[in-house]
Amino acid sequence: MISISKVLPPSTCGELEPLIKIRPPKKWVPVDLHELWEYRELIYNFVARDVKIRYKQTALGFLWAIIQPLSLMVVFTLFFGRLAKIPSEGIPYPLFSFAALIPWTLFAEGLTRSTTSMVQNASIMTKVYFPRLIMPISGIVSPLVDFAIAFIILLLMMGYYGFLPTIAIILLPFFTLLAIMTSLAVGLWLSALNVKYRDFQYTIPFLIQVWLFASPVVYPSSLLPEQFRLLYGLNPMAGVIEGFRWALLGTEPPQAMILLSVGVVILLLVGGLFYFKRMEQYFADMV
Amino acid sequence: MSGDIAIRIRDLGKKYTIGGQQERYLTFRDAVVKSVKRPFQRLIQKDADQSANEFWALKDVSFDVHKGAVIGIIGRNGAGKSTLLKILSRITTPTEGEVDIYGRVGSLLEVGTGFHPELTGHENIFLSGSILGMRKREIEEKFDEIVKFSEIDKFIDTPVKRYSSGMYVRLAFAVAAHLDPEILVVDEVLAVGDASFQKKCLNKMGDVAKKGKTVLFVSHNMAAVSKLCSTAMVLNEGKITYPLGNTHDAINHYIACVNQLAIIPVKERRDRLGEGKIRITGFSVLNQDGKEQVILVSGQWVEFQIYYECMFEKRFDNVISDISLHLTNGRFVSLLSNKFSSEPFNGISHTGRISCIIKKLPLSPGEYAFNLYIAQNGIMQDWVQDAGTVTVEPGDFFETGKLPPSTHQGALFEQNWKKI
Repeated sequence: MISISKVLPPSTCGELEPLIKIRPPKKWVPVDLHELWEYRELIYNFVARDVKIRYKQTALGFLWAIIQPLSLMVVFTLFFGRLAKIPSEGIPYPLFSFAALIPWTLFAEGLTRSTTSMVQNASIMTKVYFPRLIMPISGIVSPLVDFAIAFIILLLMMGYYGFLPTIAIILLPFFTLLAIMTSLAVGLWLSALNVKYRDFQYTIPFLIQVWLFASPVVYPSSLLPEQFRLLYGLNPMAGVIEGFRWALLGTEPPQAMILLSVGVVILLLVGGLFYFKRMEQYFADMV
Repeated sequence: MSGDIAIRIRDLGKKYTIGGQQERYLTFRDAVVKSVKRPFQRLIQKDADQSANEFWALKDVSFDVHKGAVIGIIGRNGAGKSTLLKILSRITTPTEGEVDIYGRVGSLLEVGTGFHPELTGHENIFLSGSILGMRKREIEEKFDEIVKFSEIDKFIDTPVKRYSSGMYVRLAFAVAAHLDPEILVVDEVLAVGDASFQKKCLNKMGDVAKKGKTVLFVSHNMAAVSKLCSTAMVLNEGKITYPLGNTHDAINHYIACVNQLAIIPVKERRDRLGEGKIRITGFSVLNQDGKEQVILVSGQWVEFQIYYECMFEKRFDNVISDISLHLTNGRFVSLLSNKFSSEPFNGISHTGRISCIIKKLPLSPGEYAFNLYIAQNGIMQDWVQDAGTVTVEPGDFFETGKLPPSTHQGALFEQNWKKI
């Protein structure tokens, strides 16, 4: 922490640039990535807090990280796999749905936590300054721990069914990142809106439910007519899930739709960042 | 010239819209409805009644803080002190004006920011420290010192939810006290913990100040302000009423202001809080013969009467009335209330008086100020701070003709001493 006065002797710094400029709210506020980087330890600390608290005083502890996707898998296998006989591209249905549920849970948890992050941490936000973006970012990072645990279960299941991942597994980090970025992009909009209108936190469970069936979790996207498949990429989670199945189970690769997905996410993300930065200036007065 | 300036504030103003309370519970549906209605409303109403709902928590505030200065900001509740600190800490944005800050700012607006009850003391030191802006390495270096300062070493691995409130506060302050920015902004945080811990905190603050840090300090505790601060300023109703200058003079100005306020009849005071269904309209101090008193005497029989007026043709039940006594430097003395000594009042309506009789006034000589408060069903109806002052002259409280010296102004107790 070098103080500015040490860098420049007082006599020569008549027009010294202030370290912090406080001005009335502006319409367009740039995103200060350098500052975010400076605060990276705080992101880590918030994530660590969330992970620790989540399983404190629970009997099953970290098992909860896999109970949720596993039980969904069982339900889906029974109803969609056995009863409805939904095709699963020659892959055992449990594995077919679990490979999708893992990125899906990552996305859904991230979206929920980032949306409610601002309001839940209101008492901190009204008492101390840090870049507010840290809140929704921590919200999307903390489900990665659950994701990692569930991923190990997925690998075990693949071993059980005799599946070897394809070479495309090297692209898995990209699909994971895309899932996280999707939840951040949507989470930024919703968390900022949620500060003003608490309605948004109630719409989250509903939104996630609808989105689940709009994504190829219980069915393959090959079920859709050929001409709609590219359009399906408008839902970034479709690209993510097909990508996971392709990389791990060797199904058809997601082609042009993944590009559309990436485009959609970038658009939502940039828009979300600017909207968030604009609303950020009023958070403490509204929350 | 600007080289030795730490903070430059120019024409700073912050406007709140009254009814922000309702804004807070605004739902999305309301917003949609409002945005449809808005163009039509614009046609009908003028902007005139808009400004009636506005309130400037801070207006035209300009001053410079030099590097290494320790500045006290004095003012009553609602004077704008907290708003100023919130703007300087970048928690909220100003409505107008600008602030330039030359250095890293650390703010202590609360004790225990970011503490989580489920986490242990150890974990909370790191979490809270990092929220307050400390680096991990910095916290690691100061960890032992923090634990030592907090005096809770045995319980460092216990979740803080199992701490007593005293331990919690000590740990929280210990973290905060080791914050080491170039500019430190401190709100009323010293008003916590027991006396000896408060003293320890005060000393720690003094050390920070001596290290050449720039400190902005807000407090009601005039003794702390005069001890810590080299200069001070007084804020009132969002404006600087006494510019940055000698601490002693600023405090005197503040005390004079408080006394001045007491001259304004309670009914005409506009700086009051509460829902307003019941209003305090007056106050009188009477002796046993029902005669109004300007000066009281220690040990005398005295009756306080609060005059009230109900705003609606209604009968109010469960009414609580408080008189809070403090020294003119802000130090609290005692709280009188019907909720302690009897029952809440029922059947309060129209206008009337509430009486509080003290058979033997247990105050030593000096000047006292009081706040008046009325609540109904637990909701504050009216709160007038520094509604008035009373002067207490020496009286024969102990029936020995003796009293504590004037340096020990405060409460008197009936007491029995003997050698055993």
